[in-house]
Amino acid sequence: MARSHVTTTLNGVETEYLCEPRQSLLEVLRDELGLTGTKEGCSNGNCGACAVLLDGRVVNSCCVLGVEAEGAEVTTIEGIGNADKLHPLQRAFLEEAALQCGVCTPGFIVSAKALLDAEPDADEHRVRWWLAGNLCRCTGYDKIVRAVLKASAQMQEA
Amino acid sequence: MTTIDRPTYRIVGTRPIRPDGVEKVTGKAQYGADVRLPNLIQGRILRSPHAHARILSIDTSEAEKTPGVFAVLTHKDFPVAEDKIEELGESAVNLKELSDNILASDKVLYKGHAVAAVAAINGHVAEEALKKIRVEYEVLPPVLDVRDAMREDAPLLSETRFTKSMSGQASDKPSNIAAITRFQGGNVEEAFAAADHIVEREFTTKMVHQGYIEPQNSTASWNSDGTLTIWTSTQGAFVVRAQVAEVLRLPVSKIRVIPMEIGGGFGGKIPIYLDPVATLLSKKAGRPVKLVMNRTEVFMATGPTSGSSIKLKMAEKDGIITAVQAEMAYEAGAYPGSPVGAGAMTMLSPYNIENFVIDAYDVVVNKPKVSAYRAPGAPVSAFATETAIDELAKAAGMDPLEFRLKNSAHEGTRMVTGVPFPRIGHEECVRAALESPHYQSPIEGPNRGRGVASGFWFNAGLQSSVSVAVNVDGTVNLIEGSTDIGGTRASLAMQLAETLGIPYDDVKPIVADTDSVGHNDVTGGSRTTFASGLAVVEAAKDIQAQMISRASKLLNAPEGELRYEDGAVVSSDGSKRIPFAEIAAAQGRTGGPIYGNASLMARGVGGAYATHIVDVEVDPDTGKVTVLRYTAVQDVGTAIHPSYVEGQIQGGVAQGIGWALNEEYYYNEDGTLANASFLDYRMPTTLDVPAIDTVLVEVPNPGHPYGVRGVGEVPIVPPLAAVANAVAEATGHRFTDLPISPRRVVEELHGLA
Ligand code: FES
Ligand code: FES
Repeated sequence: MARSHVTTTLNGVETEYLCEPRQSLLEVLRDELGLTGTKEGCSNGNCGACAVLLDGRVVNSCCVLGVEAEGAEVTTIEGIGNADKLHPLQRAFLEEAALQCGVCTPGFIVSAKALLDAEPDADEHRVRWWLAGNLCRCTGYDKIVRAVLKASAQMQEA
Repeated sequence: MTTIDRPTYRIVGTRPIRPDGVEKVTGKAQYGADVRLPNLIQGRILRSPHAHARILSIDTSEAEKTPGVFAVLTHKDFPVAEDKIEELGESAVNLKELSDNILASDKVLYKGHAVAAVAAINGHVAEEALKKIRVEYEVLPPVLDVRDAMREDAPLLSETRFTKSMSGQASDKPSNIAAITRFQGGNVEEAFAAADHIVEREFTTKMVHQGYIEPQNSTASWNSDGTLTIWTSTQGAFVVRAQVAEVLRLPVSKIRVIPMEIGGGFGGKIPIYLDPVATLLSKKAGRPVKLVMNRTEVFMATGPTSGSSIKLKMAEKDGIITAVQAEMAYEAGAYPGSPVGAGAMTMLSPYNIENFVIDAYDVVVNKPKVSAYRAPGAPVSAFATETAIDELAKAAGMDPLEFRLKNSAHEGTRMVTGVPFPRIGHEECVRAALESPHYQSPIEGPNRGRGVASGFWFNAGLQSSVSVAVNVDGTVNLIEGSTDIGGTRASLAMQLAETLGIPYDDVKPIVADTDSVGHNDVTGGSRTTFASGLAVVEAAKDIQAQMISRASKLLNAPEGELRYEDGAVVSSDGSKRIPFAEIAAAQGRTGGPIYGNASLMARGVGGAYATHIVDVEVDPDTGKVTVLRYTAVQDVGTAIHPSYVEGQIQGGVAQGIGWALNEEYYYNEDGTLANASFLDYRMPTTLDVPAIDTVLVEVPNPGHPYGVRGVGEVPIVPPLAAVANAVAEATGHRFTDLPISPRRVVEELHGLA
């Protein structure tokens, strides 16, 4: 199948790739670009494991086509922080034990980052409302919600 | 948190950051689907469109000719599997049935049953090729419900299956009832005749799925030297190796299973589905092959847990539960092996009940073969008993927790199997629940109610091996073989650091592949922190002994005058002391590497109890049940890392709430699973559960040096009944069928059913 040429800014770096029109952004990220931090749980928009930021907005990358990233800015979990410079959300997830198996974690962190970027002082209900599109089967959400609230408090102090 | 009678420790009981944490929050951790290899191609599986059919022929010729296709596979490519049972830890499988479930041979037994597979240059090409495979079926009538399947005139899944009982074969005609088991004690007739109150109810529950977010996956490479490498997400790499070896008739030494990070399992990632298919595709294609299920496949074709039908009669006299009679039937799915026995053995375990008869039926139906799901079998049987107990408490005019306390099992009480309990903590849990701020607070407002329930799970011991290598810089590598599904690298590293008296950060745990560490059974049965923990403590003692012998050379003192203490070797008079790091640094000139091992079959398993309290509000117009407040009390033995213990409890509670209120396998008459997606199979979201409070009661398990009890499974046992009891309080109506979904609530409250 003919492939389209796409230019995008991926985690701050201008990136070019070729993809088939039928490939989702998730597939492109994982299979073509080797960014496997973004996870696939359902491939139809119901679990949030594949969440990335597209021009600052949270999207389920399984429901976006690879060609739609043309000219856009894409941020994945790999672009949010690294071992030397963890994002406050990442640190809070570690300190609050907000992950068990961890497969939902990239999606939650990406999604929560979008929330805190827009609403730094989101309260518990707001956090729960915002994260309702991300499924976690291990934690019962309690520690995830606490971690997001903790990160929000720390980010506001800083 | 309530702590009973346990010593305090330096590291055990603290909350350090897990060693694998940074990798997991930055997206670096490699899960099964993340495997990337040179020349890797993708596999896809063709699945049956019928719930019950005979396969007459399969024509793969067109698929094979498709450009980009490297290999096509059917059951004919499998060696003939033996009709024998293999123990998997917490569950057992018949190898012929396991093989037939991986790729159907003569019959398909559920819609979604795998029939053929293709490996191609990419997944899209493989999917196109699947459409070109022609399968001719003779469609047979399916049987979907456990009670229907038990009828004499039901369609048979197998013409050669006869009912087994403890005394041998129990039917002279083929049957869908694979097995009947009876547990019996005392004299129920007399007890029922003398009772003050009797409750008699029938309960039903539907199949539900473990719902792990990561779908099953397997990548296999058939190597040119005839060896095989498998990368997969599994609860037990050694158990994958054993199953693949049996199904494909390969020596285990030729198979190396590399466990990748795992995205949840809850029992569902013990049986194999994809590994032999990926293996044979790779062998045919001459390239490594990756198979990853999509979500629909996960729902249709991987083990959910049983739907059930339970008839229960229970009697009370003077506040004492005097008799129980139960007849319980669990759906096994396509092949025998439901957890009905475990359901029967756990349902009365929180209590001391003299007279009982329990008949347990294992029944096959045209739905996917069930696999273990967190305390397999116990939640639905507890749903029945804990509902009846609630009603009896009311009839006896007693508080439901006081009633449970009065009837509680304790050390010496016999289980239904006749085995007496060691030290257990049910009474402590009920007392802690009674004293909890939650239970002490009033519940007010219309349509609101509070429910309680208790639960029990055995926990498992099984086999573990670990090695500990001491590095010259004083750090240690902990080489283990237990899948880390929720923080066990941390809980094992903590036990090692505690026993060696070294900093937690100096321990580097590694989950090794099957070529690199001794045998380890699955991460299941809530056993890892307990059993692999026992092995860690043993290996640490091995290291201590070696340290003493090295120190004797360094200190010029006889070994008999030295002892290991707080991360150092000291002389008995205290005059000489040499720390761990110094002995480690000198290992090269005192006798070579210091390397400790332990391999064991864990004994001394401590059973786990939990008592839960929940407040709900029911909207009588929409039927929606809102969970307002939840408190879970649990005897955790000793919490090595309390945060991860709490996490296990909270996760189990959320799954239990989903089971009680929303989750169910919804089948059409033709055997189509109508809700095989996360949209329609409604698992709880952040908005469906409240904050979940935990109370950790610590009644140390005498069978473990730090008192560890397994904690992962029991928290899913009480919620079904606790929620149902709360709904009964809120509405004045007893719901005996799960899930208590909005539709059911409206129908039953308004008499529309
Ligand atoms: S994989 Fe995209 S929402 Fe589930
Ligand atoms: S931590 Fe396992 S799904 Fe969220």
